Amino acid sequence: MKYSPDLYILLDWGWGQINATLLFTWLIMLLMTGGSWWITRRLTSSTTISAGQNLLEVLVQGMVDHIEEITHRPAKRFLPLIGTLFLFILVSNVLGLVPFFQPPTGSLSTTCAFALLVFVAVPAYGLTTRTLKNYLGQYIRPTILMLPFNILGEISRTFALAVRLYGNVMSSTVIGIVLLLITPIFVPVIMQALGLLTGVIQAYIFALLALVYIASAMEEEKGEV
Amino acid sequence: MTEIALIGMASALGAGLCIGIGAVGSAIGEGLAAAAALRAIAQQPDHTATITRTLFVSMAMIESTAIYAFVISMILIFANPFWNYVIAQGAG
Repeated sequence: MKYSPDLYILLDWGWGQINATLLFTWLIMLLMTGGSWWITRRLTSSTTISAGQNLLEVLVQGMVDHIEEITHRPAKRFLPLIGTLFLFILVSNVLGLVPFFQPPTGSLSTTCAFALLVFVAVPAYGLTTRTLKNYLGQYIRPTILMLPFNILGEISRTFALAVRLYGNVMSSTVIGIVLLLITPIFVPVIMQALGLLTGVIQAYIFALLALVYIASAMEEEKGEV
Repeated sequence: MTEIALIGMASALGAGLCIGIGAVGSAIGEGLAAAAALRAIAQQPDHTATITRTLFVSMAMIESTAIYAFVISMILIFANPFWNYVIAQGAG
């Protein structure tokens, strides 16, 4: 049984190989950039707009509203990172319903890459509004004794971010396979529908947590270090 | 009892116990969180959006412990390092 798209090796040259994770990641990238390019080719500001433009406008405006509501800052700086993460995970999870499509988020390599991205983005965004001294000061708050726990918390929340997404997507795949063996007629369909719901919620949660981490790193801390 | 049988039995038992006991805590926690959120929504229906968003985030946080247990039991069943080691010893 192959529970991870990493295990489907399509091409192998010895020094490197192409597995299903890479292939489907590229497919999603192609689909999203191609689709966006196709729609934004003919943008119009008239009262009648195409269905595609309407869809993209709803998506982008919804993300902008959400980001501004949570961070109380202009969404422009967050939208490229958070929006890309959200849309990629969303499309990947939803396309998991398509037969023979292995969601790349069901591989620990993909989710680890996302989590590391957030791990790097948190201080990168934080240092744009705070000085280095102030930023590092948060690790020895309230006392210097908390330093190891603060560092451990930083690492473990990155790990949790990766494993949460991976576990949720992988579990719906595994449950689908197991149910096909036990009750192949009707029950897997219901679990697939549940997997769709989980996939959308997980995409939302991943983007939201990344945003919350970044926003909390940007908050200027008051008081003496 | 041979080594392989012992490792197989312990892995299956460990996987079952891991997800079985691991899911309990997170299930109770999620139930408490949902109950508190529902009570808050009933008292302040105006803040439903904020409460729901916070509920989702905290649910994800709580759920991650159960996900860890699930991942561990998946490793024990499908990618068991001890099992692979014994098989490799037997083959080599």
